[in-house]
Order: sequence, then structure tokens, then C-alpha cells
Amino acid sequence: MTALDFSFFNWNVVSGFVIKGFFFSIQLTLIAMIGGIALGTVLALMRLSGKPWLVMPAAAYVNTLRSIPLVMVILWFFLLIPLLIGRPMGAELSAVITFTVFEAAYYSEIMRAGIQSVPKGQVYAGYAVGMTYAQCMQLVVLPQAFRNMLPVLLTQTIILFQDTSLVYAIGAYDLLKGFEVAGKNFNRPVETYLVAAVVYFVICFSLSMLVRRLQQKIQIIR
Amino acid sequence: MKWDWQVFLQDTGGGQTYLEWLMSAWGWTLSVALCALVVALLVGSLMGILRTVPNKWLVLLGNSWTELFRNIPLLVQIFLWYHVIPSIFLALRGVPSFMLVVFALGFFTSARIAEQVKAGIQTLPKGQRYAGLAVGLTLPQTYRYVLLPMAFRIVIPPLTSESMNIIKNSSVAFAVSIAELTMFAMQAQEETSRGIEIYLAVTGLYFISAFAINRIALFIENRVQVPGMIGGGK
Repeated sequence: MTALDFSFFNWNVVSGFVIKGFFFSIQLTLIAMIGGIALGTVLALMRLSGKPWLVMPAAAYVNTLRSIPLVMVILWFFLLIPLLIGRPMGAELSAVITFTVFEAAYYSEIMRAGIQSVPKGQVYAGYAVGMTYAQCMQLVVLPQAFRNMLPVLLTQTIILFQDTSLVYAIGAYDLLKGFEVAGKNFNRPVETYLVAAVVYFVICFSLSMLVRRLQQKIQIIR
Repeated sequence: MKWDWQVFLQDTGGGQTYLEWLMSAWGWTLSVALCALVVALLVGSLMGILRTVPNKWLVLLGNSWTELFRNIPLLVQIFLWYHVIPSIFLALRGVPSFMLVVFALGFFTSARIAEQVKAGIQTLPKGQRYAGLAVGLTLPQTYRYVLLPMAFRIVIPPLTSESMNIIKNSSVAFAVSIAELTMFAMQAQEETSRGIEIYLAVTGLYFISAFAINRIALFIENRVQVPGMIGGGK
């Protein structure tokens, strides 16, 4: 067993290498979460609309993205976006677009379950008091769907945060990359990977504890 | 743009065509995924069972295992196995990276399988456990003959989707230079500049692999059905 040496690890390392990546990971997670839930809700409404010309494209979108490995999706977008817009695009921006589009497929399945968890009678009640489809969704169904699915949406966001480490494939500078670069600079890769694992664990574990508490709270109110 | 599928017949410079390389990469993907699946099923079932036994230390062990492997990204876990563990435990220096990735992916997935197995055992009515113990079976016998045969049938659908996930997750092995499909995609794209053709072929093979697993699981599910249970039919 070789001795581990963490002595090089001080605030300068954190502020010089890690913080930049940490902020990018958080930024990527938040943008992909908000964009993914918005797009995912639209996809879920399309799939539940009962109109074949809306159901089919939404189902194809969701099923295709859910059956391809995320790393391949990241590579596909990194290859295709520059071809489509005709100029190169940075790995970071490409990652933001990829994750929003990709996570929408997963969030849409959660939102679909959430919308289906609202009893049909409430929709009929909405129509009966003269609401339009949009009003009924906006005022009656979606608020309850969000509320019922909040713990699942947040759990998916924790998975999303873990998955952001996969931008490694296109060399974007995220939290993991920050640790890796620091490890290379000080020639201490073993220690930095260990610290990276601890940091990811602490973040994800505490978030999942919070989600669990939230879940219990929501259960009591219901 | 024009298609150029002949790229697959080009020589890679190493005495084989890109098609041959693609096929061997597919083999690596399947081997990593299937070996990891075996590890994940064994370890995951064990940990899932431990989380339901009436002993708080074993429950704690099972719970800690699940939380540990669920809350660290797979890529970071692969780096831990590849870079950190061999340099701390020098005896593991000579272990091929294929084995390390199999264990990384297997343990990562075992946490999810433990979760499913635990849920499967807990959905069984408590009376079944008590009945088993009441007729004089020991606790291991109760699990072996009463609880697990039903619990495993219940968890086949979620285990099917985990088995399909493991094919997808095996793509992360590219990061430690396992010559699997994603690694092939990245390298062949760079060498040939025919990215779209290469990526389409690789994506297609991932589709086929996941679909095949899905069919096999469905076959198993139908074979082990208990008549009279939900989905048991006939």
C-alpha cells in the first residue's frame, strides 16, 4: 500500500482548478433541468393528446433518446450541431444543448405519469365550469402533476448531476475535469480522483436525503 | 452531403477493415455488459436480501452499500477502479482493465438491483415470512423456498430495464480505453472523418443489443410465470 499525500490540496487548488468546473456542472444541471422539464412537459402533453400526429413524433423522440447511451448522444450533438449551423461550437455550449434535449425525454416520462395521476374527473370538472383545454391544464392538472411528481423530478435531477460528468467525452471543463487537471498539474491523480468521488458523494447523498424528507412531507399532506 | 458507406471496407492501417474493428468493438461492449450484469445480479441480490433481514447490522451494510454506489457518478467510479484502487492495493496492479471496468459497472448497477430486490421482497405479504418460520423453516430456508421464488418473479420487469441500462452504461468504459463501441466511434470518426456513418452504425448496434436483451428477458418472464398471479395468465 502506497501512502496517500493530500498536502498539496489547499484553497489555491480549489479556486484555481475546481471552482470553475464546479460552477459549470451546476450551471449545466440547472439549465438542463429547467429546459428539460419545460420541453418534457410539452412532450408529455403531446403524448397524452390522443391526436396521432402529435403522439407519434413525441413518442419517437422519447423512445429514441431513451434507447441511446448518453455518451453517444453527447458525441452525436457535438458532431451534428456544427454541421447544421455551419461553424464550430464549444464543448460547453454543445453540452448544455445536448443535456436539455436528452433529459427532456426522461422528464417527459415522469410528467406523463404525473399528469395521469390526476383523476379524470378533475379535467371534466374543469371543462364543466367552462375552462378551455389550456386553462384546465394550467390551473388544474399541471400544478397537481408537478406536486405529485416533485420527488421523482428531483431524483432525476440528481441523476442528471451525476451524468454531467460524461461531458468528459468531448472535453468540456466540468467538476470532474477540474479535479483531473489539478491532479495532472501536481502529479497526484490518485488523491484528486478520491477527493472528486467524495465531493460527488457528499453532494448527491445530501440531496437525496433532502428529497426523501420532502417526499415524507408531501405524503403527510396528501 | 453524400453517404460513403464504403468507409467500413477501408483498411484501418492495422491489417483489418473498419467493419471488422466495429464487430470486435461490439463484442467488447457485449462482454463488458454481460460480465458486469452477472456481477451486478449476484452482488445486487445479496445486498437487496441483506436489507430485508431482521438484523440491523446486515441492514446497515446493505443500505450503506446501496448509498455508496448510487451516489457517485459511474465515470468517477470507473476512474476509482482504474487509477485509485491499483495504486493503493499494489496486489491489484496486474489485473487487466477489462476486469476493473466489469467490477466498476457491476457494483454501480448492483446498487440499483439491490433496490429492486428489496422492494420485491417487501411487496410480499408479511404473512408469507411468518408462515415459513412457523412451519419450522430456518430464515435462510424461508428466503430460499418461500420469499425469493416470488420476489424474483416480481422484479423481472425492473431487472429487464436495468439489463438494458447496463448495455447503455457500458459505453462509459471508453474513458479507460476499453476497445468497445463508443471508443470505436470516437477513434474511427477521427481517423476517417465519416462521423455520421460511423455513429449511425454504432447507435444501431446499441439498439439491437438492448432490443435483444429485452426479448430474452421477456422470454424468461414468460417461462417462469406463476399461473394465477398478475400477468401469470392461462
